[in-house]
Amino acid sequence: MQIHSPEFKENARIALHNEPLQAALGQFKFGFPVNRARAIANLPEFETLRDHARDLKNHIIQNLDIYLEQFEQQVTANGGHVHWCSTAEDARQAILDICQHVGAKTVTKGKSMVSEEINLNDYLEANGIEPVETDLGEYILQLRGDHPSHIIAPAIHLNVDDVADTFHEHHHRPRSDDPQTLMKEAREVLRKKFVSADVGITGANFLVAETGSTIIVTNEGNGDLTQTLPKTHIVISSIEKVVPNLEDMSLFLRLLARSSTGQEFTVYNTLSTGPRRPDDQDGPENFHVVLVDNGRSDMVGTDFQDMLRCIRCAACMNHCPVYGAVGGHSYGWVYPGPMGSVLTPQMIGIDKSAHLPNASTACGKCQEVCPVRIPLPKLMRHWREKEFEQHLTPSTVRWGLAGWAFFAKRPALYRWLARSSAWFMRRMAGKKGRISKLPMAGGWTDWREMPAPQGATFMDQWKKRQSGDQS
Amino acid sequence: MSHTTDQPSVGLFVTCLADMFRPSVAFATVKLLEAAGCRVEVPERQTCCGQPAFNSGDRKTTQDIAKTTIEAFEGFQYVVGPSGSCIGMLHHYPELFSEDDPWFARAEALKKRAFEITSFLTDVVQFEQIEAQFNGSITYHDSCSGLRELGIKKQPRQLLSKVKDLSLTEMEESETCCGFGGTFCVKYPDISNRMVSNKTQNISASGADTLVGGDLGCLLNMAGKLKREGKPVQARHVVEILAGMTDTPAIGEAEYDLGKAL
Amino acid sequence: MSKTAIFNKIRRGLKRGAPSAEQTAAALARIQSRKPELVPARSQLDHPGQIELFRSMSSQAAAKLIDLDSLTQLPEKVAEWMQHQGFTELVSANESWLNELDWAPLNNISRTCRVAQSGDNVSLTGCMAGIAETGTLMLHSGGNSPTTLNFLPDCHLVVLRESQIVGCYEDAWAMLRQNHPDSLPRTVNMITGPSRSADIGQKLQMGAHGPCELVIFLVKEAH
Repeated sequence: MQIHSPEFKENARIALHNEPLQAALGQFKFGFPVNRARAIANLPEFETLRDHARDLKNHIIQNLDIYLEQFEQQVTANGGHVHWCSTAEDARQAILDICQHVGAKTVTKGKSMVSEEINLNDYLEANGIEPVETDLGEYILQLRGDHPSHIIAPAIHLNVDDVADTFHEHHHRPRSDDPQTLMKEAREVLRKKFVSADVGITGANFLVAETGSTIIVTNEGNGDLTQTLPKTHIVISSIEKVVPNLEDMSLFLRLLARSSTGQEFTVYNTLSTGPRRPDDQDGPENFHVVLVDNGRSDMVGTDFQDMLRCIRCAACMNHCPVYGAVGGHSYGWVYPGPMGSVLTPQMIGIDKSAHLPNASTACGKCQEVCPVRIPLPKLMRHWREKEFEQHLTPSTVRWGLAGWAFFAKRPALYRWLARSSAWFMRRMAGKKGRISKLPMAGGWTDWREMPAPQGATFMDQWKKRQSGDQS
Repeated sequence: MSHTTDQPSVGLFVTCLADMFRPSVAFATVKLLEAAGCRVEVPERQTCCGQPAFNSGDRKTTQDIAKTTIEAFEGFQYVVGPSGSCIGMLHHYPELFSEDDPWFARAEALKKRAFEITSFLTDVVQFEQIEAQFNGSITYHDSCSGLRELGIKKQPRQLLSKVKDLSLTEMEESETCCGFGGTFCVKYPDISNRMVSNKTQNISASGADTLVGGDLGCLLNMAGKLKREGKPVQARHVVEILAGMTDTPAIGEAEYDLGKAL
Repeated sequence: MSKTAIFNKIRRGLKRGAPSAEQTAAALARIQSRKPELVPARSQLDHPGQIELFRSMSSQAAAKLIDLDSLTQLPEKVAEWMQHQGFTELVSANESWLNELDWAPLNNISRTCRVAQSGDNVSLTGCMAGIAETGTLMLHSGGNSPTTLNFLPDCHLVVLRESQIVGCYEDAWAMLRQNHPDSLPRTVNMITGPSRSADIGQKLQMGAHGPCELVIFLVKEAH
């Protein structure tokens, strides 16, 4: 996916004026967040589970190499293959090699954000292999040449009419705007793809070191058809998803569905362990796990290590008021919302993504809902520090800050600054209690009034009062 | 106050916005603290909590300002301010220093003593003698830092419940950010505008005639938007109501006698 | 090699070299401990309580429950359900305990044991366990229970005996390991209600790619 993060401001401006998108976002905030609240109200242990999940993830990171090693051994023992990939390029190549090795012409795909991250579809297509997205949302996007705007509800930015138009154009059937009819249509079309695909690629929510299993969590069942029908199943996963055993995985599963869609449990939680067994009548004959690093190991031991706890539930973006205002595409790359604002700079560079960690009021809602208690506002602030250290902060901000800091470090001068500013703004306000247009503060007064100061500063009035008391 | 020797000594953290925009908020805070039996002083050496630098990633400047604040408030039993955001910033100070830095311990000590006003009155001195009256219905905005960094939710409501004739109507999404976010509102003005517009819609829908909150930044933002939209809702800081100091015009609201005020 | 490069970076970040023998042993012991993490109290009930919880949680997830007094009732109840829906072909798991039943009540409905194919309407399978905690069924692949039966047909009928109902996921893992001590079956499916999606206009619809209907035949057993 092309990087559009540097244009965040412009993207956001367009998004704010996109009425259908705004309608979709308006609807969105009454979906997942409401369901989540209900689900956690039904589970008294939820907060404690979050503590345990945070601690367990921290433990896993401390032992990441050991658990990954174990995972590989178990995959191999079950007849599967593990491919280690440092970069996106390595991962694309590894997958292409497997596909070419089995002579694949079409590949069905379950939903995988790592696949988006490494831009897999374009690469397969360029090499003569047709990738078919099978998650309903991803399928719609693929037909439209679009990209996910959300990590678990990829087509959240589209409405029924958009889908109706898209299907009408591509399925060559009478146009319907009934969601049920549209879904049936996609079901029929994709059935043929599932059955004829040579390779099925899925992501993974967790990798189990104990058993060498990968697990996917889906509501549609597309991931299951993707991995069961073709002869070859490729799992693409990032390295931080490993967990020690099935019990540990259960801890995360209890948090995942409730945090993301607000379901008690996702409809399908599917463990895949190696290729089909000798007496199995269906299932893939080959099983490959492509493990992708792509910058994650660089986060170990840094300010950003906590981000490796992320289980991709999307609770942060579901609850983020900035995401809710501008939608996922404004962020300009694969991962939107608060988690994306921390992860994206790591993957594409802070120079190209500085807006992301800055476009946050640090309201803390994301941290409040994060099932593994990632301090997202703090991590976003750490990126701002990196930006500042690398002199990437815009010079106006830098100079403004330096000017203000000069005063803020000198109490007497600061008094003078407050006094003059208050005086100036009082003059601007005239007899009104507010200012409608304030020079150098258009960002404020373009949209709202600036309430005027009451009069003399508190410090001046207090001093007067104290000296009056003494006399 | 009769027990002068037992009086807790409180250093008032005025906050920049109260100092400059709304001194009545600081005076109301002093009044409440004194009513609660505290001896209040206003350290002359205080400036800003440092949040603009902190949120811009300028760690060095934040440290310098933190040191200024730490020094200014040394010796006070408590540091109290009318803002969850600024007091929340004081609670961030220890993060600025490495643990072997002597400033770390001083920052920790300040953090332990620093309280937002409604939390101080409720959680620390258990002050309950609110003797105020307010004719009207209010709705309360939970400012983010106070709510999520300091756990302020019940405290202002508990205190407001003691105000005569006041009725509280909760708005939808009272815990959702208003879009102020310090420099955020000028760096990303149109996103901020969308957020504050959602907010004013919820405020209006509540039917309350006064918006009350604990942070002037958020209140200036919401009041400014309400005024621009021509919505007939007044905005006040919670301490003004608790201290019975509502004779001053509401935020951004009324005419002033310029000559008298200056 | 990538693996070495990745491990080196992880270790550099962790400020250590290759893990010590002690650390590795501790991690391996943790894997093998299979110690349940925090298990919600919700499912820690007596067996009748767990059965009740399973019923309510699976219904909440939009699964349909049909009660059987005994397994021998299954053919009759399946026939009844299929006739009502107007289906004439049943694709079934090739389990001996299913094959041994008297399927005469099916009349002109055919029952075939095979893998599922595109176009199949109804499948019938057993399952390993019912998990009360969230009303979840656990099924796994095997010579007589192909996974396609769980996903390709429009309707999935599952037989669950009361004695197979356990409290929580951990109970099911223990059962799974006991049945498969060497390695897990190729596919283990945890299924909670029918397939669904809200990807079109944020409107939840049943039957995205997997079955539109999940029917559980719950067989009573004497306690």
